Amino acid sequence: MSADLLEGRIVIVGASLAGLRAAETLREKGFTGSLTVVGDEPHPPYDRPPLSKGVLLGKVSADATGLPMRRDPDAEWRLGVPATGLDPVGKRVLLGDGSSLPFDRLLITTGTRARPWPVPEEAALDGVFTLRTSDDAARLAERLAAGPRRVLVIGAGFTGSEIASVCRERGLEVTVTERGPAPLVGALGGTLSKLASAMQRAHGVDLRCGVTVTSLRGNGRFTGADLSDGTRVDADVCIVAMGAVRNVEWLAESGLAAGPRGIACDAGCRAFTMYGIVTDDVFVAGDVSRFPHPLYEYQLLSLEHWRNAVDQAEVAAHNMVSPGPLRRPHLAVPTFWSSQFGYNIKSVGVPTFSDQVVIAQGSLEERRLVMAYGYRGRLTAAVTVNMAKSLEYYERLIETAAPFPPPLGASDRRTAAEVVLPSDVPDPSRLSHGPTVALTGYLPDRRLVLARPAG
Amino acid sequence: MRVVVDLTRCQGYAQCVFLAPDVFELHGEEALLYDPTVPGDQYERVRQAAAACPVQAILVGEGVSAGVR
Repeated sequence: MSADLLEGRIVIVGASLAGLRAAETLREKGFTGSLTVVGDEPHPPYDRPPLSKGVLLGKVSADATGLPMRRDPDAEWRLGVPATGLDPVGKRVLLGDGSSLPFDRLLITTGTRARPWPVPEEAALDGVFTLRTSDDAARLAERLAAGPRRVLVIGAGFTGSEIASVCRERGLEVTVTERGPAPLVGALGGTLSKLASAMQRAHGVDLRCGVTVTSLRGNGRFTGADLSDGTRVDADVCIVAMGAVRNVEWLAESGLAAGPRGIACDAGCRAFTMYGIVTDDVFVAGDVSRFPHPLYEYQLLSLEHWRNAVDQAEVAAHNMVSPGPLRRPHLAVPTFWSSQFGYNIKSVGVPTFSDQVVIAQGSLEERRLVMAYGYRGRLTAAVTVNMAKSLEYYERLIETAAPFPPPLGASDRRTAAEVVLPSDVPDPSRLSHGPTVALTGYLPDRRLVLARPAG
Repeated sequence: MRVVVDLTRCQGYAQCVFLAPDVFELHGEEALLYDPTVPGDQYERVRQAAAACPVQAILVGEGVSAGVR
């Protein structure tokens, strides 16, 4: 280990899961210099997944999801202060309170925020919410506990679907609008999205797919919404669950490759400049990053996953204090989970990187299944519904580029589904919500050259 | 004391639910719900749950008490 890398000044911008785990890892690796963590929220790092589940159910208090430390990172915490700029030449982070922080190495873990409703006057109506922060969750939980007559959820990605599930569990009437053909279609493809539709309707959700909300109505207070099919929904509460926006605006003048899809970095978490030159003192991890993955043709992946934030933060921290030959690539296979409508959905790999699917275990009828995803005869992802114990088997297969359809392995019977279906993944350029795996390059099965005759 | 469960690792063995039912509960067949802020009288049970988890998905520790400037 090169001694000078273990000293100096490291600044981490972003005080959530990735920022905390990176700070801990830096100390584990022997970093003895000064460590400063900047966060725009006033709260110490807390866990977000419970916000759309236990907190909205009223089982967990919104201010009670603070993350445990693996060890005290002995950091100076600058909380409630947003970063407003980065001077890469002078090597300083500019803060919203007018001060600036000099650094030798910088880690960016600024994550995402909820995409706001695009019309500010409508978004400002009392009763219109987004859900990303613990403050959001506290306000929304209070409103749901007050027993609204109907809740409108805009967007049936994972967050919107989880919120709808909580509403039904609380006995609230809920309408969900989704502009795609079915819930979760952008993350899981067409076949599983049909199961998601059936799950929602079986639980009494008024699910409207293929429509958009054209306006939110109310006079100071939200009263309902107009839909693109000409219908109206009367509701007291509206949750805008239209995905996330990457927190990169503060980097607009920094010269880094930062844009709407995140900050591009190499497999060692080092940020690229806008000229495609890799930096050696600015690192990126978590939801705000885009990184190349060898299992997925080195496409830049953008993941809004809890586990990716942890894994990538650890790799970034290791590389920040290690000389070149000792640096590690971030090669973890993407994985996420969601619980909704009594189902536990878990995924490993990149479901959208596929041209075919097969039900490898269980069945749609049983509501317990493993859906395997393949691309050109190689297994690229697996999704389990209430069969979490099976997931690890498929993870090993994906890591070793196993053939598709996958071998039966330890499943207890011949699979009924030898039927390979198209994976029916929508074009990612049309998608608006996650948390999911976004292929930020191209869909692998759509590489077509179109010849257009002139004239 | 704070607790966080890596739910990407959790496979629903429910050892934690047996050992600390006031903190952990199953929600449906295999989804886990838990209280991230552990009440004082549950510390020992939660430590046992973390030790007993077959996939070692439970992390117990102190929360960050940031001295905000």
